[in-house]
Formats: sequence, structure tokens, C-alpha cells
Amino acid sequence: MSPDKRTAVELADALAAGETTSVEITRAHLDRIAAVDGDIHAFLHVDAEGALRDAAASDARRVAGESRGVLDGVPIAVKDVMATRGLPTTCGSRILEGWIPPYDATVVAHLRRAGLPILGKTNMDEFAMGSSTEHSAYGPTHNPWDLDRIPGGSGGGSAAAVAAYEAPLAIGTDTGGSIRQPGAVTGTVGVKPTYGGVSRYGLVALANSLDQPGPVTRTVVDAALLHEVIGGHDPLDSTSIDQPVPALVEAARRGADGDLTGVRIGVVRELGGEGYQGGVLTRFEESVELMTKAGAEVVEVSCPHFVHALATYYLILPAEASSNLARFDAMRYGLRVTPDGDPSAEDVMRATREAGFGDEVKRRIMLGTYALSSGYYDAYYGQAQKVRTLVSRDFDAAFQDADVLVSPTAPTTAFKIGEKVDDPLAMYLNDLATIPANLSGVPGISVPSGLADEDGLPAGVQILAPAMADDRVYRVGAALETLLVREWGGRLLDQAPALPAVGDAETPEGVR
Amino acid sequence: MPETSEHAGGPASDHPTISRDEVAHLADLARIDLSEAELDHLAPQLNVILESIASIQGVASADVPPTSHPLPLTNVYRDDVERPGLTAAEALSGAPEEEQQRFKVPRILGYDQ
Repeated sequence: MSPDKRTAVELADALAAGETTSVEITRAHLDRIAAVDGDIHAFLHVDAEGALRDAAASDARRVAGESRGVLDGVPIAVKDVMATRGLPTTCGSRILEGWIPPYDATVVAHLRRAGLPILGKTNMDEFAMGSSTEHSAYGPTHNPWDLDRIPGGSGGGSAAAVAAYEAPLAIGTDTGGSIRQPGAVTGTVGVKPTYGGVSRYGLVALANSLDQPGPVTRTVVDAALLHEVIGGHDPLDSTSIDQPVPALVEAARRGADGDLTGVRIGVVRELGGEGYQGGVLTRFEESVELMTKAGAEVVEVSCPHFVHALATYYLILPAEASSNLARFDAMRYGLRVTPDGDPSAEDVMRATREAGFGDEVKRRIMLGTYALSSGYYDAYYGQAQKVRTLVSRDFDAAFQDADVLVSPTAPTTAFKIGEKVDDPLAMYLNDLATIPANLSGVPGISVPSGLADEDGLPAGVQILAPAMADDRVYRVGAALETLLVREWGGRLLDQAPALPAVGDAETPEGVR
Repeated sequence: MPETSEHAGGPASDHPTISRDEVAHLADLARIDLSEAELDHLAPQLNVILESIASIQGVASADVPPTSHPLPLTNVYRDDVERPGLTAAEALSGAPEEEQQRFKVPRILGYDQ
């Protein structure tokens, strides 16, 4: 059985033309999940029944002429950090095993309102802490390009699901690169919107001032379509931007002509060179060359404080995370471990948090507790907040000279599962290039740039724009995508090896 | 962290370290039981991380204002009107234990408190 490789736009067109039904499309993707997810492990929970019910409702609406928009009937996968009413939400953690939220995140409510059947919940590093999805309490996700390698993280499940054609669309969240870096190492597209552009209500918080949900897709215009569905002001999120979402699909369609005349592109000097894999840099330089030929004016910009962004992030994030994760106290929901004897609530809390949290979560909670301690607060957290200001000033200065900034998305291609799992510092370096955008709230996209020569694995280019100018990342991202697809003579994912599918030798049940 | 550590009053050196005892104390503050094996495993890792992030000291001068939030924030208010919320059954749906429409918790106080 061959997978349904159509993009969301192609599926939406086929639905609009009456060539297929949402039930047919949804069933094909559920069959694909059944066939390959034993190897990929992109999903923590598959909701076949619910997805097919929503698909049937979508088909009924279409027949009645009451379709709710372009993506009505196109199925989607949702990262397991988003609260979904009636569906398990674990955040990749034992402490939330079996929790079924009584409410929907705003992003999920938007998806339901727009008629997208939810296929299931995708795997992730526990509470989104990680760059490889190896820190999931339920086992790692495997990269569809090479099953021995990581799919990036924390949203490796969403990226792998889309790369393996298990879902045409997925939702991710990006705190330090968790949408963009998985996109780069799986040959897919991921967008971190401007902070506040997509509601965080119902997103289980890792670091409130950094977290941002966004689209995970195979093409730039698909991401724009999904972004327009989930974006916009939400009174339930006090940090939500109270302004209309820019015309993103229009920007992506405009960019898709491949013309970049008059666009000023800044290459960030500090995001490249040492620490970056040769093949990743080669593909990046070729992408810049293509954009130059397409009319872009390329300048080099310097953001001197970006070298301190990683350290800044690893103070601010643990500080916010240690406060946020205090809510997991074994009292109102989630795991409760009761030690022998007559334990107090605190004893129960300690035992539950020991059993329910993994190593990386414990590391970061303790780091945050340390950074916020009296006597250390000014030296660490206070300093980090000041450097955050300096990083933002670097962005402001760079955007004086350039409309967008570009860099490789991640310093390397996908590494082997297990290689860095007990070396936190090596793991943190994967987010070197993506973290500055989170510190400053600016939007960014990762677009596949090709395969690195050393290992034949995907790499990505990151495009960043000023806050609120999300349309620019779509325009330039779509243009680069068009230019590269022309060079390759097809999509990068077309070069991915075919996955061994369970049941291939049997009657293809998918063709019903 | 109480000022009983070797760094009482703040980090004195450029290469701060956390001792195994301090990690145990942090775990206590964070309400996480840690086994001896976990302490052995985590303490050196925290030291490596701490050493790398210590580079941040001295980067920003005193006159740089701190950023707590990437975009300017204003307080958000809404009209004080009723709107639908969770029912008691929904709110209690994930509770480890409940009694009389309330969350049931273990005793709050220790015997030495």
C-alpha cells in the first residue's frame, strides 16, 4: 500500500472538487499509521474512531454546502503537550499518564471549529525538554530517513509523522527550536510564529515567556494555511497579540514564484562556522546563492550577543520551568505515589515527582531552583534577563540592514539515538541557532535545504523576521522552497527511503 | 538556597560548583525525592551545565534593563460577567482521590510541624 503523499493544499483541492472524501483521506492516513508507526513511534495515542467521526461530519457539511473553510476535512496530528478534551494528554511524561483533559487548548478548539479531524497525539521529549524526543517517558521517535537516528525535538513526533506521510499536517510547539530543529533534521517545514501570535491557552507550559505553538508541514504554503487557522487573538491568553494575523497564505503564494527582487537578506555571522557540520554549511551557502540569483540583496550582519544566547536560555528556561512544574503535586490530577506508612502531602509529592519525572526534567527543575535561589538570583537569572535585552537589541540592529535573517536551522544533521542522551550539554548545542528567536519573540521558519554530503541526511535553512512580520518568513521561505525544488526536480522528501510497512504483503486494506 | 553553602552570599568564584549535598538540598526544595544513585548521576551533570552558563556573568553592564517578556505587555482585563466553566465533575475528573465533590489529599502537616 502506498502512502497518500498529497500536501494539505492538494487534499483540500481534491475535497473541494468532490474527487474524494474526508473519510477516505482520514482512513488512508490511519492505515499508514497502522503500517509504519510501529517503526517510527511518532504517535502516543491514535484516535481512529474520533478522527473518522469528525471526517464523516466534515463530509456531511460539504454535501450540505456548509464547509467551514479550506482545510475542513484535512486530518491533522497534535503534539501531546496540547490539552485535548476527551483525548489523553501526557506531555511525554509518566506524571500525566492516563490524564484526559476536561477542556480543549485554544489551538485545538480552532482545529475542531475549522473541521480538521484529529488523528492522534504525537510523541515529544518530556514536557518539551530536549532536542531528540529521546527524553519521552514512552520511548523515542525514529527518524523516517534513518530509523537509528533521532527526529529532532522536542516535537520529533509531529515532524516524523509528517515526514513519514502519517499525517499531512501537525501542530508543534517551539520554546527553543522544538518546531524548527525537528523540521530541519526530517526534511520538513516548521514555523515558530511571533510570540503571542498563536494562543498558549491549554498548552502545558514549559517556559511561558518562550513557548509558541505553530505549524508542522511538508510545504510552506501548507504551513501558512494552518497558521491562519490557529492564529489570532485569544482573550484566554493574556500574552496573545490583539491584532489581525497578517495575510500569510497570500505571502506564501507570492513567494512561490521564486522572485526575491528587492528583498534584503542578512546572513548572521555568529550562526555558522565552528560547531556546524560541513555539509550543513554547504547546503546553506547554496541556498543563499540561489536567493541571490533570484534577486535578493545579501548582506552579512553581526549579532555579537548571540554567542551568549544558549547560556541565557538555559537560565531563563529552567527558572520558568521549575515554577511551572510545581503544579504537578499529585493532588488534583496526574500520578499519585503514596509511600508506605502515614505519609504527609509533602511526602506524597516528593515520591510522586521522583517516580513521575525523568532525568532531564529533574535536571532542569533543580537548575531553575538554583538560579532563582536567594544569593544567586542576581548573578544568574538577573544577568540572563539583561542579556536577553542585548539579544533583542542585536535583532533590532540587524533588521535595520535586512528584511529577514538567515542561518542553518540546526548545526548538524540527525545524530544516532543514544549518542547524546546522557550528555546534556552536547544535547543543548542542537538549539544554538534557533534559541535567539525565542528570547526575542521573533518569528522563524525552517525550510529543507538538501542532504548533507557526509551522511545523506536532511539539513534546513532558518529564516527569521521582525516580530509581527510573519508574512516575510512565508514569502522568503516559499521562494527558497520553489528555487530548491526546481534544482532538485522534486521535493526533498521524495528522496527519503521507503519505509518497511506492516501488512505490505497482505491484502491492502487501505484501498477501500 | 539557604546561606549554609560554601558560596554563602552568592557565587564568589568564576567556576561555581554544586556539591552533592547541595544537589540533595535543591531536590528537597523542589520536592523531588532522589535516590543515592540519582544524586551520584545528576550532581556532576549539573556542575557541567552550571560551569557553561556561568559565562553569562559580566556580559551585561549595570545600565542594561532586564527583559522578562519578549514583547511589551499590558494588563488585560475583561468584563466581570459569568461565562461557562468546568462542572465539578469535570474539574474532579483527573483527581487521584475525591470525596464529597472535593479533592481528597493526604494530611497536610508533618508530625514535627
